[in-house]
Amino acid sequence: MTKVSIEVNVNGRTRHATVPPRMLLSDFIRHELSLPGTHVGCEHGVCGSCNVVVDGRAVRSCLMFAVQAEGAEITTVEGLAQGDDLHPIQQAFWEEHGLQCGFCTPGMLATAQELLAQNPDPSDDEIREAISGNLCRCTGYEFIISAIRSAAAKLRERESETTLQPV
Amino acid sequence: MSQHLKSNVIPPSRQREMPRAGLTWIGQSMKRVEDPRILSGKGGYIDDVAVPGMAHAAMVSSPHAHARIVSIDTSKAKALPGVIGVYTGDDMATVVDPCPSFASPPITQHPMSIGKVRHVGEVVAAVVAEDRYIAEDAAELVEVEWEILPANVDIEASAAATGDALLHPEDRESNVALDESFSFGDVDQHFADAHTVVKRRLRWQRSSAQAIETCGVVAQFDPFKGGYTIHSNSNFYNFIPFVIGGSLRVSPGELRIIPVLTGGSFGSKVFNHKIIILTAGLARLAGVPVKYIEDRLEHFTNSDSHGSDRLYDAELAVAEDGTFTSLRFTVMDDYGAYLQFGVGTHGNAMAQVTGPYQIQSFGMRVIAVLTNKTQQGPYRGFGSEVTNWVMERMADAAAEEMGRDPVALREQNMIQPDQFPYMIPTGNIYDSGNFQKVLAEAKSMFDFDGWRDKAKAMRAEGRCVGVGLATCMERSVYGPTEWWSLNNKETPGFTLTSTPEGITVRLDPSGKMFVTLNSPMVGNSPETVVAQILAERLTIAPEDIVFNYSDSQSGFNGVGPQGSRFTAMIAGACVSAAIKLEERLKRFGAHMLQRRPEDVELRNGTVAVKGLNDQEKPFGEIALTSSFFRLSFPDGEEFDSGLETTAVYDHPLSTDPAEDRSHLGIFYPIVGHICHIVAVEVDPGTGKVEILDYAAVHDNGTMVNPRTLAGQVWGGTANGIGTTLSEQFIYDADGQFTNPNFAEFAMPTANEMPRNFKLGHVETPSPFTEYGIKGGGEGGRLGAPSALSSAIEDALSDHGVKITSLPVTPPILRGLIRDAEQGATA
Repeated sequence: MTKVSIEVNVNGRTRHATVPPRMLLSDFIRHELSLPGTHVGCEHGVCGSCNVVVDGRAVRSCLMFAVQAEGAEITTVEGLAQGDDLHPIQQAFWEEHGLQCGFCTPGMLATAQELLAQNPDPSDDEIREAISGNLCRCTGYEFIISAIRSAAAKLRERESETTLQPV
Repeated sequence: MSQHLKSNVIPPSRQREMPRAGLTWIGQSMKRVEDPRILSGKGGYIDDVAVPGMAHAAMVSSPHAHARIVSIDTSKAKALPGVIGVYTGDDMATVVDPCPSFASPPITQHPMSIGKVRHVGEVVAAVVAEDRYIAEDAAELVEVEWEILPANVDIEASAAATGDALLHPEDRESNVALDESFSFGDVDQHFADAHTVVKRRLRWQRSSAQAIETCGVVAQFDPFKGGYTIHSNSNFYNFIPFVIGGSLRVSPGELRIIPVLTGGSFGSKVFNHKIIILTAGLARLAGVPVKYIEDRLEHFTNSDSHGSDRLYDAELAVAEDGTFTSLRFTVMDDYGAYLQFGVGTHGNAMAQVTGPYQIQSFGMRVIAVLTNKTQQGPYRGFGSEVTNWVMERMADAAAEEMGRDPVALREQNMIQPDQFPYMIPTGNIYDSGNFQKVLAEAKSMFDFDGWRDKAKAMRAEGRCVGVGLATCMERSVYGPTEWWSLNNKETPGFTLTSTPEGITVRLDPSGKMFVTLNSPMVGNSPETVVAQILAERLTIAPEDIVFNYSDSQSGFNGVGPQGSRFTAMIAGACVSAAIKLEERLKRFGAHMLQRRPEDVELRNGTVAVKGLNDQEKPFGEIALTSSFFRLSFPDGEEFDSGLETTAVYDHPLSTDPAEDRSHLGIFYPIVGHICHIVAVEVDPGTGKVEILDYAAVHDNGTMVNPRTLAGQVWGGTANGIGTTLSEQFIYDADGQFTNPNFAEFAMPTANEMPRNFKLGHVETPSPFTEYGIKGGGEGGRLGAPSALSSAIEDALSDHGVKITSLPVTPPILRGLIRDAEQGATA
């Protein structure tokens, strides 16, 4: 099978690779780039565990071919923490007990990133709606909703700290 | 006490740490120790494992429910570039023997089919290739010629099948694998004396856990050392070598099973023995390390973890005043094509089959039926979720037939707080409880009386709104007699009675505490629990503890997170280890302080002289000195270098079954209690159920971490909501499994969960476990189906709809409403 050269930016780093055209983006991220934080639960686009952020949108990496990501900017769960500082969304999931086994969590975090970028102060129903495409079998979702609500507050606070106020 | 229970004597308590107020770490909602590495994507699940030279396997699965394999042609598959080997069941049989079976006598199961297939999804051949894509391409090229056999789908029809419809003619002359009857107490007399006998036919249909991670294995075989190195997401890695060594033709010591972080189990990964044997066999045949991760379809159709699938004919004997005197039933259970754990799920249910009620006797006939479906395995509740539902359905039915209020009738029959420990007719005990307090708390939290009035008013307006209440037991800390106590007395099988849990604790010279666990993390919080308990007992900070997991060669005595046992059991091991470590710390510390060991105590991470504030030695200094400065201490092995200890905790309270099975002994005695109350509205036009309000109060004894316990209750309740309202495995008449995928097997999303879930806790400490801890991993699923069924029936009371079968998906419920309407007009 003829391989195709691609260039993608993953977690701020440009990656060049030569991949078979049929290789899924999820497999590319996990096995070619050695970023195993993106998890595969169903491989048919239902569970959302493989969600990553591609050009600002949370997408199923099991429903994309790696070659379709040519030129894209991708953020995986490995790209969230800065050094040993968890991202505010990760921190909120920790504080609110928003995970148990953690398998669906990277996908939830990707979905939460997209939601909170578009809607910094979502209602609980808006959070429910946003994560209704991500299956979790452990938590019953309640503490995930708490975590995203708390993350939204943390991000708003961070935003107000870094925005220069008029004097 | 009934005469038949006289020989079942309750052993004395071995509790060392009494339940008490004022604890520092136990009872705190501490953030989990496990989370930062998981949140940052570095958890290390099974598919993250890679070993040098690793190849990948893909399976060829049966498209038929029941068929003979006439021939398999692997030549085209073998010719594909990148393929290392293609193997059939006959090839596999050259290196492995059949899977272990807890059924006695066993039902033969090969990890890869030989001669015939017995359910859709059963593996008939496997490809090992350089990558998974090539392996799957090659699997498509394997050609199988089939001779179709009659498929057994219906439980009652299969029980009567003969000839070509028999699944295992070499093991059984019938598709009934086991048919045993039991009588605990004077059942016949109680039924003869009953004022009313309430009868119901009740059906509980199969679903399964479907953790978001499937099962997987990475296996290597070293012919020169003669053994296997295996990474697996099994929950039970320190036990399975002893179970599967025979199948793999090696001694258990030649199996090194390495645990990984596991992406959810809920029972579905308890053993995982078949996938381990299969993948290990492929590694041996191919001569390379092999990775095999089930895809979702394979997990649905071949992972041997389908839940209970039962048909009950149940009877409750009730006295004139409403007293429940006896319960009996005949239950047929559709176990699928094999019987890996015997009827362990029914053994489990014997722990609490009579619920929270003072029922004096119990009788059962259990019939295990084999059909052409994927075989059963554990799913959160392990059979007790079904008997909880049966008991609560019968309580509601009794209230209806006797014209009694269902809650008042329950209260009348409940075990009273001064009756504990309470022995139920099967011989198991309930160690402690206060069911009345749990009920009162739940009613108050829910505004039960207010909601009942409100629902009545809404029904008067034509809306289908109802309220349901369930009071259920949550047994925890299992003893293994559940696996075999219901087997034929002449062939009971492997009569295992040990369920130990062990821990190793080492205080290293830097003062860090290194803990090695023998059971994996599956979404529970083993490290957090141990950090809280060791911090409590040894007066240290939880962040000074570092965790590791043994493998099956470096560790032992781990049974794993199942049967809601881990927290109570590891607490026992922690206390044992802490006692031993304290003794060593005091011996070394006292010597350094020039005091006698009896004059010092543990205080804030130091060994300190009693009554003095300024004479103390930090643990780190003691550890350093004891590790590197041997000559500072006296001769004698009690001052051997270093501070390390290993401790094992055995089941806190169990007895053997009676020889004649007049009782089953004490085997699941640390018993919690739950009350779920729910209000629902049914759309009669579509059959859709909306949850309007929900309250759950759980009593799991002393809480170690209220937040993580709440997470378990929430998650279990979500499973129970799915079991009741949406999750159903649909097999057609040919035995095709028609919905084995996440799109059609509808697990609840965030949108299906109640909006205003209220959760409460009552703490009745166990008098038998350390600190009074009880298990709490399954309660949500043990209570939700009963409360929801009751609420739906109440909501549709004007339509005369009865809930006697689960699930009630919208099409099913719409059908019941239609049938009731047609019945009313006919």
